[in-house]
Amino acid sequence: MRNLWIFLSRYNAFFFFIIFFTVGIILTIRNNVYQRSVTFSSTNEVVGTAYKRLNVIKRYLNLVQVNDSLAAENAALKTQLLAIASIDSTQITKIRDTISHQQYTLISAKVFKNSVTLTNNIITINKGIKDGIMKDMAVISPIRGVVGFVQNVSENFATIRPLLNQETAISVVLKKDNAFGSLVWGDDNFDYRKAQVKEIPNHYKVKVGDTIVTSGFGGFPKGIEVGRVTNTISTGDSFMTLEVALFNNFSTLQMVYVVKDKFAEEIKSIQPEVKNEQ
Amino acid sequence: MNSRVVIINIFRWIVLLFIQIFLLRNMAFYNLSTPFIYVLFILVLPFSTPNLLLYIIAFITGLTLDTFYDTLGVHTTACVALAFVRILFISVSLNREAIDEPEPSLGNMGFRWFSLYAVLCIFAHHIVLFFLEAFKFTSITYTLGRALLSVVFTLFTVLLVEFIFHNRKSA
Repeated sequence: MRNLWIFLSRYNAFFFFIIFFTVGIILTIRNNVYQRSVTFSSTNEVVGTAYKRLNVIKRYLNLVQVNDSLAAENAALKTQLLAIASIDSTQITKIRDTISHQQYTLISAKVFKNSVTLTNNIITINKGIKDGIMKDMAVISPIRGVVGFVQNVSENFATIRPLLNQETAISVVLKKDNAFGSLVWGDDNFDYRKAQVKEIPNHYKVKVGDTIVTSGFGGFPKGIEVGRVTNTISTGDSFMTLEVALFNNFSTLQMVYVVKDKFAEEIKSIQPEVKNEQ
Repeated sequence: MNSRVVIINIFRWIVLLFIQIFLLRNMAFYNLSTPFIYVLFILVLPFSTPNLLLYIIAFITGLTLDTFYDTLGVHTTACVALAFVRILFISVSLNREAIDEPEPSLGNMGFRWFSLYAVLCIFAHHIVLFFLEAFKFTSITYTLGRALLSVVFTLFTVLLVEFIFHNRKSA
């Protein structure tokens, strides 16, 4: 013990240095946004590449589910195609230029890293600035349902703040009567299959089984089906909260579509302060 | 350590940080070379300062700078590194018992010793500072270049200040 003490006091300059230096580094990383994002973000190239390797195995194991989902999507698209084919094109007299009015384009991306067990979950995908992904773009699930918003983008990767994150709020409406609400997750509810819709005015009659769709504000195209009402809770004031069973399953998410909104910049430029409701 | 030394050092601290924050912060050559004159304060602290006190002073000085630069932690860490190099260099180059000067200034220690001492300390400080600021090794040549050019600039200002005060004392 005595020898240890002598050793410590003889080289005290060095030990003090280690202590103070560590404190300095911790301060740097904790309090500077840039340094923190470089250190901890999984958009970090090293971590991103590691997850890419790991994902090869995981993707193979999940092939069955992915096949099923792709088949389902195929079927849905074919149905749409049939509907279009049945239109008698000779009847149309007015030509509509659909390209220049197309507001949304979809970019498909693979999920590298996903979690559903944390209070603030983050998803990492394999597309980045190179592929045209930008911050705050909306992300939807290939079959049904919403995923979240793009949070961080690097050259080749991006992270998504999904609905399963306490900071995410998505503007939704009741499909049948357009009552507005805000879809959130994580308020005494950490089940990845459920979410809540807050601030629906009390005078709307909501039944169990009603469908919730996106409102079209803040990045998401209008009318994407989000989930089905399972329960209504009155909060005591003039608003009620709805419990919603989500259509998409976050735990088996393999592919996502990032929604590119042609007018996002323009809309943002005229409403600069709107932040909480994305 | 008597009260006169304490007062002189507090005065020096205030003046150097004032100059650094309000004047030199706005000064740079093509964003490559920036002088950090405030390190002079830690350089010329008295020999008799205990190690722990020296680290605490360096830490607080860095923290103050960081508050004004909005880079919490960066200057703090750099100042701690500087304090470490200072202790190392003094213990290697001087015999502790034989020191009869109160503080390691240019006038007391001579040009050769002081310039070597200043170069090493400033170099350590700037390397830590610029690498923490960049926080990646991909643009290593640019960061290193900025650090080295800033060392030259800082050293120039440090020596300039030391020469001015040295002459005035002896006159």
